[in-house]
Amino acid sequence: MNSHATTAPRSWFKENILLGMNPTDYVKSLLTPFNAVCAFICMVGVPLLVYRFYAGLGATTNLSQTQPWGLWIGFDMMTGIALAAGGFTIGAAVEIFNLKEYHAIERPAILTGFLGYLIAVVGLIADLGKPWNMVGIFTYNGTRSVLFEVAWCVACYTTVLFLEFAVPMFEWLGLKRFYQPLRKALLALTVLSVMFSTMHQSALGSLFIIAPGKLYPLWWSQWIYAFFFITAIVAGISMVIVESAISHKVFHSQFEGRHVDASALTLGLGKAGAVVLFAYFFLKLQGVIDAHAWGYVKGFLGAWWLVEMLGFILLPALLYAYGARNRNVTVVRVAAAIAVVGIVVNRLNVSIVAWDYGNPNHYVPSWMEIWVSLTLVTLGVLAFRWIVNRMPVLHEPADLATAEH
Amino acid sequence: MKLSRRSFLRVAGITGSMAVAAKAAPAQAASPFETPGADEVSMLVDTTLCLGCRGCEAACAEANKLPDPPADEGVFDEPRKTSTTALTVVTRFANPRDEKDPRYVKRQCMHCVEPACASACPVRALDKLPFGPVTYHPERCMGCRYCMVACPFEVPKYEYEKALPTVKKCTFCAARQEKGLLPACASVCPSGALKFGKRGELVAEARRRVYGNPDKYVQHVYGEHEAGGTNWLYISDVDFAKLDMKVTVNDASYPQLVKGVLGVPPFVMTLWPPLLMGLYAFSHRRDEVSSHTGGEHGSKGEGSHE
Repeated sequence: MNSHATTAPRSWFKENILLGMNPTDYVKSLLTPFNAVCAFICMVGVPLLVYRFYAGLGATTNLSQTQPWGLWIGFDMMTGIALAAGGFTIGAAVEIFNLKEYHAIERPAILTGFLGYLIAVVGLIADLGKPWNMVGIFTYNGTRSVLFEVAWCVACYTTVLFLEFAVPMFEWLGLKRFYQPLRKALLALTVLSVMFSTMHQSALGSLFIIAPGKLYPLWWSQWIYAFFFITAIVAGISMVIVESAISHKVFHSQFEGRHVDASALTLGLGKAGAVVLFAYFFLKLQGVIDAHAWGYVKGFLGAWWLVEMLGFILLPALLYAYGARNRNVTVVRVAAAIAVVGIVVNRLNVSIVAWDYGNPNHYVPSWMEIWVSLTLVTLGVLAFRWIVNRMPVLHEPADLATAEH
Repeated sequence: MKLSRRSFLRVAGITGSMAVAAKAAPAQAASPFETPGADEVSMLVDTTLCLGCRGCEAACAEANKLPDPPADEGVFDEPRKTSTTALTVVTRFANPRDEKDPRYVKRQCMHCVEPACASACPVRALDKLPFGPVTYHPERCMGCRYCMVACPFEVPKYEYEKALPTVKKCTFCAARQEKGLLPACASVCPSGALKFGKRGELVAEARRRVYGNPDKYVQHVYGEHEAGGTNWLYISDVDFAKLDMKVTVNDASYPQLVKGVLGVPPFVMTLWPPLLMGLYAFSHRRDEVSSHTGGEHGSKGEGSHE
């Protein structure tokens, strides 16, 4: 009796936490070059994060009175949230539009979304002077602020993402009482995720509408919220392609014995990516025409804008179209990778490169800002790996798989 | 086909919300003959009268418990900006008409009639008092610095060097004004360069001085229309661009720029769920139909068995 009571939890721990290995074997299995690099990044980055709160933003960042938002907002927040858009994009495709073939990538997309938002929130906490006063958004009703909308939506949507992610988590823990109702609520959660994402993905762009004189006119547009929303969809689609390509390589064992036609999924997503990116390209042109901003296509920022337009929007759009049409998965994946980099470039351009453009002493992030951002991304990758190695994310739990097929 | 339908709906959704935003765009301001914020407290700065004594700087530092401003005249050699420890600064500029008679310009928060910073603040840490001043509640501020992004005059300054930072800017001595006192700067100004009053009256006064002396003054009242109107008004006999005033600031109010997009969330929140549920029903209808006909086949089969 006694021995049974003690061995049962231990074996659960062994199976579900240590992946069926003895503690010593498990620790040995962690000694890989990849983990060593990650550990080094985190061992420097986490103390830096603590130091930032002790010493203040001035000691750790290159922010200034004319550059109030730097890498932690421009990359962690703006880019992190855009790249996490796969959660609502694929969720909507499967749950609302009934595109069942994408079901296999719904859970990883939601997990990426959830982790992306967590990274963004941690980056935001690092950036805020007094993060604990964030609760004020629920009490002081700053309803004339776009940031108020962003804050509410991000808070609500992170909660929704957590509830969506909680399904595989509770399945892993074997808590049927919790995952059963959440599975049933998945449609409602998906509707909420589309609603909140529509609002805050676009509102992240709207944040800049109030500052027309500070953002270079090729990027400032009264339609910037539409650009941000469309690029969020591009980012969602492209991230899912990139991520499933990597997942199939890294977590190969999890796909064994199951038939998931990754090529067909990738080609289908590539087709969608081509349509959305072309639409985005022409809307961006329309934005410049509308603002009579052609005269600004000159100098460094003008050239850099052309690089973004041609190299990071038109090129991946053409590659997507070519790859989808000729059923070339590799080309679609290359297009997705370029598109993801393009979203990063776009968000950094809006919030950093083209910001405060008249200032000769322009902001360049400090090494500590870069390192903290790198640490957060690393933690996200590690968390993703830890979770998919344990929870039913890349593969469906047995009861769902039999129920549906 | 399925994907293109989805893309179509996405695009339709976005263009729809664009249309809503366009429709909600500002029907701006009342009659051109009314001065916005006419009853708000205001200050008229006549740069032709300023002596550059910097008494206002000292009084401001004292009223706000900030370090004393530097005493020597050397501060004029370099152009200065307001900072976390100097909420107002006086800067010297060359006078093209008379080299021996330089111009001095005092700077501080412009106290917009419709302040971009206060509208941008999600927790109303920056807030406009009904009688005019834009003030700050440090206990509410989370330090997001969106006020600094929003302000077209680059006024709010942040204490980056502190572990518990706050935003610093001129509050128009709102606390002194509530006690019936003049703002500290105006209370010590010896030359009459600062004139305190109601915005409506001071706009009229500024126009009188400027348009009544076209040979002397630049024919413009800075702050009358800038950013939708500010409570600090400037008149000058030197081009405002040469005084490093921000001449590219929009004439329209800055909060108005986002009024359209802020009108969209209610539509998204009310229209998205039913629309999405409709799409859900639509996209699942095919499954229902196929399973239904499949069921009929089955029952027919059973019937024939009997």
